[in-house]
Amino acid sequence: MKLMLGGRLEPRAPQSLHARSLLRRVGPPIAFGVIVLALWQAYVALSGVRQQVVPSPLEVARALVRDRAVIASGAGTTLEEILIGYGVAIVVGVALALALASSRLVERSVYPWLVVSQLIPIPAIAVVVVLWTGFDIVPHVIVIALVSFFPVAVNTIDGLRSTDADLLDLLATLGAGRWRRMRLAQAPSALPFLFSGLRVAAALAVIGAVIAEWVGATSGLGKLILSYEDQTATPDVFAVVVVLAVIGVALFSAVGLLERVALPWYRVAGEQDARRR
Amino acid sequence: MNVVLEASGLSKTYRAERGSEALLALADVSLALGSGEFVSIVGPSGCGKSTLLKILAGLLPASGGEVLLVGARPEKLLGHVGYMPQGDQLMPWRTTLDNVTVGLELAGMRRREARESARRELDAFGLTGFERHWPSALSGGMRQRAALLRTFLAGREILLLDEPFGALDAITREAMREWLLEVWESHRKTILLVTHDVEEAVFLSDRVQVMSGRPGRIRATVEVPFPRPRTLTQASRPDFIALKEQLLAPLREEQRERLRVAAQ
Repeated sequence: MKLMLGGRLEPRAPQSLHARSLLRRVGPPIAFGVIVLALWQAYVALSGVRQQVVPSPLEVARALVRDRAVIASGAGTTLEEILIGYGVAIVVGVALALALASSRLVERSVYPWLVVSQLIPIPAIAVVVVLWTGFDIVPHVIVIALVSFFPVAVNTIDGLRSTDADLLDLLATLGAGRWRRMRLAQAPSALPFLFSGLRVAAALAVIGAVIAEWVGATSGLGKLILSYEDQTATPDVFAVVVVLAVIGVALFSAVGLLERVALPWYRVAGEQDARRR
Repeated sequence: MNVVLEASGLSKTYRAERGSEALLALADVSLALGSGEFVSIVGPSGCGKSTLLKILAGLLPASGGEVLLVGARPEKLLGHVGYMPQGDQLMPWRTTLDNVTVGLELAGMRRREARESARRELDAFGLTGFERHWPSALSGGMRQRAALLRTFLAGREILLLDEPFGALDAITREAMREWLLEVWESHRKTILLVTHDVEEAVFLSDRVQVMSGRPGRIRATVEVPFPRPRTLTQASRPDFIALKEQLLAPLREEQRERLRVAAQ
């Protein structure tokens, strides 16, 4: 008894990234960036503004080459802080989400304080944290974790709640207890939410690192910005900013890449939705 | 007739939220399912059909009345009957094959064996060649058949189906009806199906129970005399249409009554 009901879809060949489609995707943003840089360069050259006020892109590039050893060493420190702080944020954020999702009482008692923790200006906290824990890497890690755990926690909570009640009912009739419903349904449906949180947190982690180092540090890119500023070495400040941006983009892209690998079904579902629309 | 599932005097009251009265969703609903029977409950949306199924599945406690399984009151109802909620509820992060085996896995079967027994049914459920696809790549009809296969594979004798074809287009829905009868006849399950489609109920069932809303109660019970196997062309025969009219009459009356009340 073979059935041919409904619209039978042919299995699709996996989409390969052809050179042309890659060019179509990355071509326009690169071209736009180059145009902006060219206009910037032209403005600095034609207006005669001083390099200490607005450095030209070429001058920034020269500073980057000149300071490469110092910047690389600072980047090492800052990257280490970011990775540890970000890791702590993920662990704390997910653990909090699981705790809050497991009990209404815990949720009602803790959730408002989570929000409050985000309403306190982080630089103000950073001062206290440095006061308590000194000038080494520890206060920086704490500040980074403080600014970036929140999107992880909140998104994961939303994700755990997003599971369809009918699916949970269905699994219950199939014999799944609370723990197995969590593992089979709630945790997987929370993953796309978690990844959204991880992306926001990646951006915040870089900001947190700079703020933490401004408050008190002996090394790192944030500290380097302050020293170059003291010397009114504006091109060098911009060079450090460029490196910070690269770190941010790299972290953000790494999360995106991990998501593609970890959630193959999510991308496929998204493409299907887009096609139907 | 060998009664396998019996409900007597079921009622369900939802507790009052602040600022509203307690809602009586079901009042004195009784029904009995014989082994291998196909029974439908037809009624307008919001009449408490889904609530009734959830009580029978053991997901909701009844406020009154009792549910008997093969004549005895089970210690725990949950897990004894198969249940298919509205919508296919396929998990988008599992392939089609891993979706349909979830009941077997939860019953403790090894993944490989579960997949083996699922593969044996793929042809009958029109899913051959799609076992590795994500649910998002399946058509609506295929998703529904995968959901039904998941329910069938779990191995319960009694299946409660909540509007299984509600989300499908009319043509697919017709084809699915005929197909469901084939599967039911070859598997010899007892099915209680809930629908708002009178034609669907008449075509599929041995018996149709008409339910009215607010509070939900059984208005009428009608035996369907048409011989099996049934084909879709039967649906245009005069006796089929006459029976459909007979079932629709109390439902139409109720709708008119409700509009009259609303107009006052």
